[in-house]
Amino acid sequence: MKENRYELNKELAQMLKGGVIMDVTTPEQAEIAEAAGACAVMALERIPADIRASGGVSRMSDPKMIRGIQDAVTIPVMAKCRIGHFAEAQILEAVEIDYIDESEVLSPADDVYHIDKTRFNVPFVCGAKDLGEALRRISEGASMIRTKGEPGTGDIIQAVRHMRRMNSEISRLTSLREDELYQAAKELQVPYDLVLFVHNNGKLPVVNFAAGGVATPADAALMMQLGAEGVFVGSGIFKSGNPAKRAAAIVKTVTNYTDSKMIADLSQDLGDAMVGINENEINLLMAERGK
Amino acid sequence: MLIGVLALQGAFIEQENTLKKLDADFFEIRKSSDLERNFDGLIIPGGESTVMGKLLRELGLFYPLKERIQSALPVLGTCAGLILLASHIAGSDTVHFGTLPVTVKRNAYGRQLGSFSTEGFVEGLGMVPMKFIRAPYIEEVHDNTRILSVIDNRIVAVRYQNQVGVAFHPELTENSAIHQYFIDIVNSVK
Repeated sequence: MKENRYELNKELAQMLKGGVIMDVTTPEQAEIAEAAGACAVMALERIPADIRASGGVSRMSDPKMIRGIQDAVTIPVMAKCRIGHFAEAQILEAVEIDYIDESEVLSPADDVYHIDKTRFNVPFVCGAKDLGEALRRISEGASMIRTKGEPGTGDIIQAVRHMRRMNSEISRLTSLREDELYQAAKELQVPYDLVLFVHNNGKLPVVNFAAGGVATPADAALMMQLGAEGVFVGSGIFKSGNPAKRAAAIVKTVTNYTDSKMIADLSQDLGDAMVGINENEINLLMAERGK
Repeated sequence: MLIGVLALQGAFIEQENTLKKLDADFFEIRKSSDLERNFDGLIIPGGESTVMGKLLRELGLFYPLKERIQSALPVLGTCAGLILLASHIAGSDTVHFGTLPVTVKRNAYGRQLGSFSTEGFVEGLGMVPMKFIRAPYIEEVHDNTRILSVIDNRIVAVRYQNQVGVAFHPELTENSAIHQYFIDIVNSVK
């Protein structure tokens, strides 16, 4: 992957900032998401809540279904491949996907290695629950990061935990002396130049979104105020009572995430939120996949 | 001089960083009460035009801003911003502000694999680095819209009265010539 291509891929993520990326499983859902103001859609066969409920191995979606969604909308289309499954990623690149999510939501294909994302021309987004994971994914070629959260639960606690952990590790790095950064790189198990970047800039070198457990406008506002640059909403929309209305409310919230009066109005009459599962009630912790 | 930056979605912070470099004062426009301030120019950033078009209308910004643009408020639209200004969008009945007489083609270079960077000549500014990200181009200009730049036989920058539309992202490069050009327009009108 040429340097120039990586820059362009990071810059596409910059264009998504302040926006909401929605999980969709059909062209019809994709159209609803686009009309509700999604800045991109994530095409996948089953949303995380259903993956969690039905169990089994979950894989990359059928390319036909992805193409159907690409034809249905004009906004960027993303799709997931399994952690370490570079052949699935090659297929997604062949269908000219706009972004690949190497995702812990699907069953991992490799419990040691992530995909060498520098070998691809299409961009990758990866989940992270702390700064070390985020910088390792970036050194492998990810051009966008999101919190892992805990997908398909409607429980925001893990996304909050991951965002706060990343923020506190970033502020710690910025407060270190330069001669302490080598040791920090060793502790974080990441390349020194990325540690230096964070030390100098107080932020990740790529865009950072919140994901995993966002179910309400208030959840989205919470994550934005904690420093997320945008939000992924998975099961939270199409597992709720009124997907179009809830989706639109979350979109507006992300733009005006500190205007609590507006968010109060937006939170009214949204119908039932998705039925959540608390983190201590779940057996499968997807966030523990891929470190 | 004060510039309003439309901050509904997309790469508005990058626009603000460029304005900072040029010592221009700015503020963010996110909701209708933000329009109570007096401002001399408007920047519409890159992002998703469908999202911004929807939010402009639902947050009560659309008609007040359209009216100001029609009354000669200088405006710079980059990428999605160009689409929002265009009077025609190829293959679509959708029109947003529609104040800039051009026909624009969305996602004209294809999906992300078609994104590219280059350097091109802009009238009056010389060579300018250009980033095209899922970019549109201008198929046709109408009225007296002046073509400022053509890359590979495609129109990528235009001016009509006080409106400047560019298909690429000047805010993503170190070169601030396009923004300086816009600020000069703002100053000349003020």
